[in-house]
Parts: sequence; C-alpha cells; structure tokens
Amino acid sequence: MRNTFANTFYEIAKADPRLFLVVADISPVASAAAFQTEFPERFINVGVAEQVMVGVAAGLALRGCIPFAYTISTFTIYRPFEMVRVDCCYQNLPVKLVGIGGGVTYSTLGGTHHTQEDIALMSALPNMNIIAPCDPAETTAATRACIDLPGPVYLRLGKAGEPDLTAEAPDPFTFGKVRRLKEGTDLCLLSYGPITKMAVDIAARLEKEKGMSVAVVAVHTLKPLDRDGLSAIMGKFPAVAVIEEHSCIGGLGAQLKQLAWDVRPDCTIKTFSLKDEFIHFYGNQRELWTAHGLDESIIYNELAKS
Amino acid sequence: MTDQATFDPNAARLRCRQHRRRILDISQTVSALHIAPAFSCLEVVDTIYYGLMRRGRGPDADDTFIISKGHGSLAQYAVLESLGVISKEDFDLYGKPGGRFATHPDYGLPGIEASTGSLGHGLSMGVGMAAADKVRGADRVVYVVMSDGEFQEGSVWEAMMLAPTLKITRLVGVLDLNDFQSLGQTSIVHPNFYPVLDKVRAFGWETVQVDGHDPAAIQTAIANRSGTKPFMLIARTTKGKGISYMENVPVWHYRSPSPEEYQAALKELDAAAP
Repeated sequence: MRNTFANTFYEIAKADPRLFLVVADISPVASAAAFQTEFPERFINVGVAEQVMVGVAAGLALRGCIPFAYTISTFTIYRPFEMVRVDCCYQNLPVKLVGIGGGVTYSTLGGTHHTQEDIALMSALPNMNIIAPCDPAETTAATRACIDLPGPVYLRLGKAGEPDLTAEAPDPFTFGKVRRLKEGTDLCLLSYGPITKMAVDIAARLEKEKGMSVAVVAVHTLKPLDRDGLSAIMGKFPAVAVIEEHSCIGGLGAQLKQLAWDVRPDCTIKTFSLKDEFIHFYGNQRELWTAHGLDESIIYNELAKS
Repeated sequence: MTDQATFDPNAARLRCRQHRRRILDISQTVSALHIAPAFSCLEVVDTIYYGLMRRGRGPDADDTFIISKGHGSLAQYAVLESLGVISKEDFDLYGKPGGRFATHPDYGLPGIEASTGSLGHGLSMGVGMAAADKVRGADRVVYVVMSDGEFQEGSVWEAMMLAPTLKITRLVGVLDLNDFQSLGQTSIVHPNFYPVLDKVRAFGWETVQVDGHDPAAIQTAIANRSGTKPFMLIARTTKGKGISYMENVPVWHYRSPSPEEYQAALKELDAAAP
C-alpha cells in the first residue's frame, strides 16, 4: 500500500503542480524518491515536527495547493490533533492526511505506534472524510479520490504486502459507497483496510465447509458513511457481521449498530473489533489481532452458528 | 493600494485613537471582550495594513495578514472597518446573534485569511502560504502577529525552525511582547523566556526590536529588512495601551468597562490627542 500510494501520488503530481508532499521525517519510498528528486520544491520534510507538518499543509491549501501530509498514522493525526481539527477541518481545507501503518500494523513497535481509535476520532470531526482501502488497487483509487474531494481526508493505509482483493469485485471503487467484493445471500461481512483479507478468507471457508453463501463488502469510506448502502445490506441479509482493525468504540461496528437503531432491520449484527484496551503484547500484526479476539478461527466458529 | 513611501505616522496615531474609540464603543454592547490584547497590538496591526501591505492587486496577489493571537481580533476588525473591508453593520453585530465577527476570526469572512483563536497555529500556516508563494514565484508577503504568551506553544518553535530551512524570505512575524499573559507577567511565569530576540535570531531569523506603539519605528524596521531571511519584529508593547487603568492590569485581558469606566476611557483618549 505504501509503495502504491507513493507511485500513484507521483503519477498525479507529475502533471498537477498543486500537489505537495509534506512529510515528518518518514517518507514513502518507491516513487516518492523520484518526486523528491524531480520536484524538490514540492517535497517538504519538516523534520520530527508534526504540528508544523499539518499547519504548513493547511497554509499550502490556503494558497490553492493540494498537500498530502504523510507519516505514521499516530503521528499524522494524534500528535497534531488540534491542527487537524482547526487548521484542516474547521477551515474545511483540502489537506490530505495520510497515515501509514493504520491499526496495529506496527505490531512490535508497541502501543505508541498503534492507531486503534483513529476512525472514531476522525469520524467525530465535522468536514472530515475518511478512506481506508483494503488492497493496493483500492489504495490507488482512494488516492485519486483524495484529489477530487474539496475538503480534508484521512487516508488510512496499511503498509506493505497486502494481497489483491478487488480484481474480481463486482463493484468499482466509488468514494462514499460500499463496494461488493463478492456476492452472497446468507451472510454479509463488512470490513475495511488490510483485515478485509480475513473477511474474504472466512467467507471462502464458510462457503466451502458450511455450504453458506457469504457476501463480502468493503466499506472503504468510513466518513461519510454510506448509510443508504448499509441500510440496504441490513435489509437484504438475514445476518451481517463487521470485521475491523479498530476499537469497538466509534468504528464501523459501533456506527453500524447506531444506524440499525434508526433502520430497525430484521438481521442479526455481530461485530468483531479490537478491544477497548491498549496492547502490551508483542508479535506480528495477526498475532496482535488474535490477542484481541480478531482471530480467523474464533470468528469463523462464531459466524458458522448464524 | 498601500504606498509605503507616503505612510504618515501622525495619521496612524490619529487612526489608532479612532480604533480605540471604536473598540470601546463595541465594549459597551457585549458583556466581555479581549480589549487589552487588542490595544497592545493596535499600532502594529494598523501600520502593517496602512504602511506595509500591498493590497488591491487581486486575491491571488495581495499580501496576507494573519492575527495568530486571535483574541486580539478587535484590532484587526477596527482596522478592516476603517479600510472598508468589513461594514459598520458587521462590526456593530460583534459577538451578537446574527453577527459574523466575534472573539476569534473565522476564515472566509471579509479580510480574514485564516481561522485563529487557538494559539500557535498562525505561523505554521504562514510558513505554508509563503512556501506556496515561493514555489510559484509570487511576490507576496505574509504577515503573522503573535503574542508572547503564544510563543510558549511548541508549534511556534517548530514553525520558526522550519521557515529558514525552506529558505522562506517573504514572511514577517511580529511578536507583540507586552510581558503579560492570563495568569500574570510573562517574565515571572517564564523567566527564561528572555532574551527572546536572541532565541529567534538563533533560529535563523532576522530580528529587530522596536517600540510597538511607534508606527514610524514599526514601519521602518519592517520595510528596511534585508529580505534574505524570514523576519521577526519584536514589538515591545503595553497590554491595554492608551487607557491608564487598563495598562498592565491582568483583569482587562477579558472584560468590558462599566459605563463609568467607559466615559473615563473616552476622556483619556481625548486628552491624549496628538
């Protein structure tokens, strides 16, 4: 995802002089290096100083530029939170806040580098848009969508090695719309970000081993949430489940249940999220998920009952 | 359009007396307002608009003004009203239902080029604007007025470190150094804040210190900058300047004068006619 973002940004920025890349001592590799070499005046490394990273990006946007502010997601939006809120959202400026390593991607770097509650925080900000692509192809589409949006965006990315999940998707990527990755009738799994791979795998197992028909839908746009699309899903399927690499507070699962109170669907809703706890456990990303119950077997067994 | 060569310091003093009068009038229509912080930077704001900024060249060519100490916005509103940028009706509705202007300036309103109010945001945005201008080769100057209390925000120092790194030269900061913040004197709250001029200079800025209530000194210092570095004017000021009972008295950071105090203030302004 990181390389895909960098390559996509480079392709667009070559032809569009409004684009700037503002980084805080962390740079996407790949084509970002070429961008820095070819357009040094539009590559700004502020150093380890995230408040000024976002403030400078807002200043660029006030001059009609489209800046992408880029670092590890905790430092993109937590450290300079008030600059995100006031400079970007309150002024409704087209600052694109790119967070690499969303969720617990940086598993062994510990809790200081985990974003377990970023969707909740960014969802609560007026004017903010949130996109969390599930694979490299969706990262390309999301990066392009950022350019067209007139306001601020939080682009939540994984890091590297995410497999393709969308090549066979019946729906194209459309900002603000849920996207079917796979059709089904008995159960609909909703997910976003790299953990969508787990949803796809669980769906395949349920179909193969339990004879169920399971749909998988990517909810890449977390804000504005596609209320109509999600309502339609809750109306159509007897069972809906959310699998997300985010706290149980304020993420997709919580927001879906909030929406369900308005819609009063007949379906069951199960949510599989990170716990409302910091993680003092080391291992790879998948092992951290498991430590919080986001385990493929646990979720499979739970859903096989539905 | 401002003509820097014809800036008249005496006219500026007369205008500032009118601005103070206007702000005092507004004070009688609201329960509280940041009057002393506005009087502290009034000559600075007036001089920048009337004696330094190039305006009327178009929205993509005019110089830019950001009052980063957003609570000093009354100074900017009074100056903008005198320039005809905001209407009397708009300023009369200050802080009232139906009004658009209040304690902190909102981006998008006439003459307001950035939302401020939370301290320590303006300089970073100013650096970003100046960076964009530099890439485009635009001859625009960005002015950012800050307070000494605001200078305690770490983000100000992040921005100060970055501006010379980016070789930004068309950026003028003004530190409204009145040595007061909400809970007392800056020199007591943070004794090591001083000498602040040396600290700013050590960050790679050109710096000059002047009497911040002397329009001629302000205008000359900024107009004569070398233009090879970002420039910071250290403006020594008096919080509540111009009304004796407000000067250096912390309560006037956020308070409206009573009708009696208002009358006394008007008498002082008349007596001090230049």
